[in-house]
Amino acid sequence: MKVLVPVKRVLDYNVKPRVKADGTGIDLANVKMSMNPFDEIAVEEAIRLKEKGVVTEIVVVSIGEPKSQDTLRTALAMGADRAILVTSDTKVEPLGVAKLLKAIADEEQPGLVILGKQAIDDDNNQTGQMLAALTGWGQGTFASKVEVEGDFVTVTREVDGGAETEKLKLPAIVTTDLRLNEPRYASLPNIMKAKSKPLATKTAADFGVDVSPRLTTLKVVEPAKRSAGIKVADVDELVGKLKAMGVAK
Amino acid sequence: MSVLVWVEHDGATVKDATLSTVTAAGKLGDVTLLVAGEGVSGAAEAAAKIAGVTKVLVADDAALAHALAENVAPLIVTLMADHDAFLVPSTTNGKNIAPRVAALLDVMQISDILSVESADTFTRPIYAGNAIATVQSKDAKKVISVRGTAFEKAATEGGSATIEPVSGAADAGVSTYVGSEIAKSERPELTSAKIIVSGGRALQNGENFHALIEPLADKLGAGVGASRAAVDAGYVPNDYQVGQTGKIVAPEVYVAIGISGAIQHLAGMKDSKTIIAINKDEDAPIFQVADIGLVGDLFKIVPELTEKL
Ligand SMILES: Cc1cc2nc3c(=O)[nH]c(=O)nc-3n(C[C@H](O)[C@H](O)[C@H](O)COP(=O)(O)OP(=O)(O)OC[C@H]3O[C@@H](n4cnc5c(N)ncnc54)[C@H](O)[C@@H]3O)c2cc1C
Ligand SMILES: Cc1cc2nc3c(=O)[nH]c(=O)nc-3n(C[C@H](O)[C@H](O)[C@H](O)COP(=O)(O)OP(=O)(O)OC[C@H]3O[C@@H](n4cnc5c(N)ncnc54)[C@H](O)[C@@H]3O)c2cc1C
Repeated sequence: MKVLVPVKRVLDYNVKPRVKADGTGIDLANVKMSMNPFDEIAVEEAIRLKEKGVVTEIVVVSIGEPKSQDTLRTALAMGADRAILVTSDTKVEPLGVAKLLKAIADEEQPGLVILGKQAIDDDNNQTGQMLAALTGWGQGTFASKVEVEGDFVTVTREVDGGAETEKLKLPAIVTTDLRLNEPRYASLPNIMKAKSKPLATKTAADFGVDVSPRLTTLKVVEPAKRSAGIKVADVDELVGKLKAMGVAK
Repeated sequence: MSVLVWVEHDGATVKDATLSTVTAAGKLGDVTLLVAGEGVSGAAEAAAKIAGVTKVLVADDAALAHALAENVAPLIVTLMADHDAFLVPSTTNGKNIAPRVAALLDVMQISDILSVESADTFTRPIYAGNAIATVQSKDAKKVISVRGTAFEKAATEGGSATIEPVSGAADAGVSTYVGSEIAKSERPELTSAKIIVSGGRALQNGENFHALIEPLADKLGAGVGASRAAVDAGYVPNDYQVGQTGKIVAPEVYVAIGISGAIQHLAGMKDSKTIIAINKDEDAPIFQVADIGLVGDLFKIVPELTEKL
């Protein structure tokens, strides 16, 4: 079985985002970019399925600027077999990303597509569910456990209040939550090896898919700042404050 | 504008997150609720009493039990022939279902809105709430998820909506529900608690978490939350996690104990009215958002605090 893993290049999670002074977005010039953490988890899960002998090939896909190549190389260094980069000059929203992924899924015929549950930049939490809608496949979102058996995948999901398990017919879509696994680091020899793994470059137009945006970002601003607080010296003073607030009697 | 709202419920009652979504929907137009599931008459009756609701559609069908997105989404798509916008609360069910509906309608969803600026313009957080984007949708129909903490809850009494059954639900045949493990707790639910006491990695283990955080929470009648580090280390279950990728909360009082204040954690609680932080590191980032800070060892402070309350 083949697995498709879409990976997104995003602002590194350790970097504090800065809103551009002109209010058009986040300043991404000269800042560290990395693979979306949830996508690292997705790549890791695919590799583990391959190590178990369930999966034969892992294809990673990224849609974005040419620099998304770096993210694909990281995935290849972790253990993916082959990469597809889809470049686009315009902003591609989750609906457009899902349409491109649908076109790629039609070509590649994967048994599973494993995505991150959300990208930590736009925080949309949409792409996997949208791809599931367009393919008509089942969706195991927010996965904390994935088990493939025969023609089915059983997915344990992190839901409000606990965990829920669903059984999906293959092919299916899975989106990863934080506790699915701990992604490995790519070793230096594997990083070297990844340089010679195949990476195909395409454009959104190659797929004949209309990815023009439906949303216009009118402005981006910083959230309201909290005013500086006070420090209390000891527990008694804290208890006094809590009483004054009516929280404690 | 006619707005359809997907109701988060447990069969008998309507979950709080739905109430804020009703308020957001009311800013757009006429509100119709959809109560979908199996054996949901209790929830439907409760939904009809919510203030500001015109109509409640009830889809009672075995295929809709457990809110499987594969079965629920096509029904909603059919109903959307008569509505201009579809709203869900940003619960795990809402997040699971709405994008599936959006893609089937060929609409770009607007996730996690904080405000309704006009019929087609909304604000939403990006980058873990470090920026707020104002976005305008060109789509004819809108699909929107609503951040519960950003809107007042609609009153649970006072409405007298008509209840109408809808049919047409079917099993898409691609997914089945196997089971769930839902933690039962006497404590208030995180997303509706007035006070939350949260513990972090500093608690060191589950025993300490239970022995220190829970008695304090009980004294305050508070819900219990945690940082990702505490959840990953197994001190508490995953549904305790507050943050960018966990629960978004905005209680009257949030007490962060032994939590450093990483941006991903702040994303989930920085809209709390009053933030109290206890941390032994006076430079911990949590103090930058805290209204009241106490620097010191939680293993001394927390038992003393619980004792003195
Ligand atoms: C040249 C270019 C410029 C852009 N500029 C902007 C901009 O200025 N502002 C802006 O908001 N957006 C911009 N985008 C779009 C943005 O990068 C996202 O692709 C899109 O908004 C998806 O939203 P999300 O990541 O929040 O989706 P989510 O639904 O949160 O993502 C979930 C998962 O879907 C998969 N996924 C999502 N996007 C991609 C992708 N691009 N490639 C591979 N897998 C993916 C990943 O597995 C991810 O974990 C641009 C895109 C391009 C190509
Ligand atoms: C993709 C992604 C998503 C994430 N999502 C979330 C999320 O949703 N929620 C979340 O919380 N995190 C999230 N994180 C993790 C986040 O970056 C931090 O790692 C995490 O919040 C740290 O938890 P902590 O504050 O408990 O631990 P630490 O950062 O280790 O902080 C422990 C604190 O305890 C203090 N301390 C230690 N001992 C004592 C003592 N005896 N008395 C008093 N204070 C003491 C220390 O000074 C320190 O400040 C995410 C990370 C990633 C990459």
